[in-house]
Amino acid sequence: MNFLTSVIVSLIAVGAVLVVGTIGGAVPALHPLFGVVIPLLALAVFILGFIWKVLSWAKSPVPFSIATTCGQQKSLPWIKPDKLENPSSKWHVVGRMALEILTFRSLFRNTKMQLDSQGPRIAYGWELWLWVAALAFHYAFLTVVIRHLRFFLEPIPAPIQLLDALDGFLQIGLPGIIISGFVLFGAAGYLLFRRLAVSNVRYISLPADYFPLFLILSIAGTGLIMRYVVHVDIVAIRELTLGLASLHPSVPEGIGIFFFIHLFLVSVLLAYFPFSKLMHLGGIFMSPTRNLRGNSREFHHVNPWNPEVHLHTYEEYEDEFRDRMIEAGLPVDKMPADAADSAEKE
Amino acid sequence: MADEVPKSQEMIRIDHNPPATGWMDTPTVIRKGMYCYAAKPQSVEYVGMPNPHKWNPEEEDWGLPENWVEIIVDGLRDRLDRFRSLKIFMDTCVRCGACADKCHYFIGTGDPKNMPVLRAELLRSVYRKDYTLAGKLMGKMVGARKLTLPVLKEWWYYFFQCSECRRCSVFCPYGIDTAEITMIARELLNLLGLNIDWIATPVANCYRTGNHLGIQPHAFKDMLDFFVDEIEDVTGVRVKPNFNRKGAEILFITPSGDVFGDPGTYTAMGYLILFHYLESMGLDITWSTYASEGGNFGSFTSNEMMKRLNSKMYAEAKRLGVKWILGGECGHMWRVIHQYMSTMNGPSDFLEQPVNPITGTKFENAKSNKMVHITEFTADLIKHNKLNLDKSRNDHLRLTFHDSCNPSRGMGLLEEPRYIINKTCNHFYEMPPNTIREQTFCCGSGSGLNAGENLELRFRGGLPRANAVRHVHEKHGVNMLACVCAIDRAALPPLMDYWVPGVGVTGVHELVGNALVLDGEKKRTTDLRGEDLPGMEDEG
Ligand code: SF4
Ligand code: SF4
Repeated sequence: MNFLTSVIVSLIAVGAVLVVGTIGGAVPALHPLFGVVIPLLALAVFILGFIWKVLSWAKSPVPFSIATTCGQQKSLPWIKPDKLENPSSKWHVVGRMALEILTFRSLFRNTKMQLDSQGPRIAYGWELWLWVAALAFHYAFLTVVIRHLRFFLEPIPAPIQLLDALDGFLQIGLPGIIISGFVLFGAAGYLLFRRLAVSNVRYISLPADYFPLFLILSIAGTGLIMRYVVHVDIVAIRELTLGLASLHPSVPEGIGIFFFIHLFLVSVLLAYFPFSKLMHLGGIFMSPTRNLRGNSREFHHVNPWNPEVHLHTYEEYEDEFRDRMIEAGLPVDKMPADAADSAEKE
Repeated sequence: MADEVPKSQEMIRIDHNPPATGWMDTPTVIRKGMYCYAAKPQSVEYVGMPNPHKWNPEEEDWGLPENWVEIIVDGLRDRLDRFRSLKIFMDTCVRCGACADKCHYFIGTGDPKNMPVLRAELLRSVYRKDYTLAGKLMGKMVGARKLTLPVLKEWWYYFFQCSECRRCSVFCPYGIDTAEITMIARELLNLLGLNIDWIATPVANCYRTGNHLGIQPHAFKDMLDFFVDEIEDVTGVRVKPNFNRKGAEILFITPSGDVFGDPGTYTAMGYLILFHYLESMGLDITWSTYASEGGNFGSFTSNEMMKRLNSKMYAEAKRLGVKWILGGECGHMWRVIHQYMSTMNGPSDFLEQPVNPITGTKFENAKSNKMVHITEFTADLIKHNKLNLDKSRNDHLRLTFHDSCNPSRGMGLLEEPRYIINKTCNHFYEMPPNTIREQTFCCGSGSGLNAGENLELRFRGGLPRANAVRHVHEKHGVNMLACVCAIDRAALPPLMDYWVPGVGVTGVHELVGNALVLDGEKKRTTDLRGEDLPGMEDEG
């Protein structure tokens, strides 16, 4: 599919979500549906879908020990092994996984190839922007999610209050600027820009890549609008969200249309999550090239379906080549009957 | 064949910009020079693989069975149930493109379908159509497409343009290993008899004679006897290898390429010299004609075929009653030994934890599968000062070291060969960091793609490696590329001749063979290749 079509299709899809969300917010009779029923359903789909997907992965075994080793193996005692890049114990694996999950270790290696056909020369430059943007995006997302917990918890736990304080330390007048929201918006914007600007990335991109980006940009956008542009009734919203959390929902008056749009976008994202590439959140923990030990000669890895196969035995081999082996002076297990006598005489 | 390969000045003009049409709408053209010939039916039949038949990739009709779609769809489902790797790799790619320009075939061809991510999408698109709800409902929107004959041909073309080198996997944030996807895709293609001959025939040979080249036992011995003469010419010492000897302590297995083709043969001579040197110190080692192949082209075919060929190693070790196995220099051989062998054909409780009989070192790292890499063995010997080495005999060489894909990314054998090189040579220079160790570039001919008819593919794929060699060639006058892989020793010489003339290729144990001072040897005037050693020319 051509990239323009992909972008347009995704824009239309997110546009449709926005329209539906607006209708949901504009028609008071629909508020229970959009404020309670859909979000709860979406959450259920997210949780069940996530579990289902992880279980479906877990159901398939890991037949071989296929770690991608990215450093020196553990071998002779005087050669220093690279414990984090080529783990030889469970703890090393934990370290490797932590680096991967918390710091995006592999992405940090990223290089950019440049060909100069005159030289001719190929050079590989360290290319960190993808790593920076990805890290910013994910940590901002995490912060935003955690900060939103104050809408669902009463009283607000101290760590979340602390995070709020840290996140909002940039006080430029009132209201305080919340960094994470802007970072999320900016990083997602960069990832979108990169997808469109780098020709090869544009070429591999699917609507399934643009759609979540547009969705997340819209979520961040409506969030920022509610905070800085239009007034929404935070107290009323909190009443609704606390109701959701306690499963005793109520829909107070005067919440404002933007909240419903925002909530509907989030609901769509939640329901979409388990069926999409966003499941890399679960996949990264289970990737066999990263979560296995590299010292596979030191321990025995079991394949539960180790197949029975036909083997070509030494006996079959010797039967075919016995005469020539004897002639060449190679030892054999069985002498041909008629050669037995002469063999004895020697 | 060679005259059809474009000139290097032409080949280097590579356009890395994708075409205007989307990849699903860009038909794949199967082009000469980029593919390997179809598997001969006899070879497929010999090992009992499905649908042996005569076919030609450039013809319309590939001689597929009526129900081929069903076979593939069932085969894919079966493998999704058996390999968690496949399931996760199908589901988690975010198309970030971090892997895109990491593949030597993409760098050398500019063909977007050689970007690892797109190579994987070739299969993933069909997976989505058949196994995901979104794919069933929304088709192309979510990158799903139906399995058709052109799609199958595209698979064949591009899954035999991946050397299973795993470089992409190093850079992927989720560790997605396109080599793993290629291995499974090739299994699927093999369900229809669509192997390439450069793999299928070595597999059949290996099954029958014990090695890829089809060398029969007496001929195998002949070749080693020939090396014995050559060694005597150079050193004045007659080494005495033995074969299939019961009761030996150690079984030695190396790729048959070392026995058959230059410059691998000089590495084989290196092994023979080393073993001779150690004999009086207590080394008790034997070669096998039955397990006369270290490599495993079965691993480029299917996991079952890999197991069948590999089984000879333990079987022979058991029959001969040895204590452990020593393995020669080879790349994919070591991926199989390190990551698959024990799982497939072990546990090998009939063997003992390997101990170096000369130094007493216990090889902890091989305690379960009982097989030691020869560079681990030799590095240990040198560290314990057991070898009398005359480095100056390698002074005519200015070396760099090519990490083979599998020992680096499927094992982590990085320091051992470097240690040996540094102890046997005075002039060693590393290539740039982005091109060695875990980031090493493939020779361009791995995973059974080192045929004669696909030279263009091989030279394109080998370009990044050659480019890095050129760098040290120009900067430090490097004239020799060392490696620990038999496919490298076969594939790199023509690659160097094409891109960096003036650079030779050597195994690490050839260097050992040159440097090792034997008891009672004559003054060496040539190296193992019979080339004069500067300053030591024959006075007579
Ligand atoms: S690096 Fe990994 S996630 Fe990114 S495009 Fe490649 S395979 Fe997909
Ligand atoms: S395994 Fe190697 S050859 Fe195959 S796609 Fe990845 S980088 Fe390319």
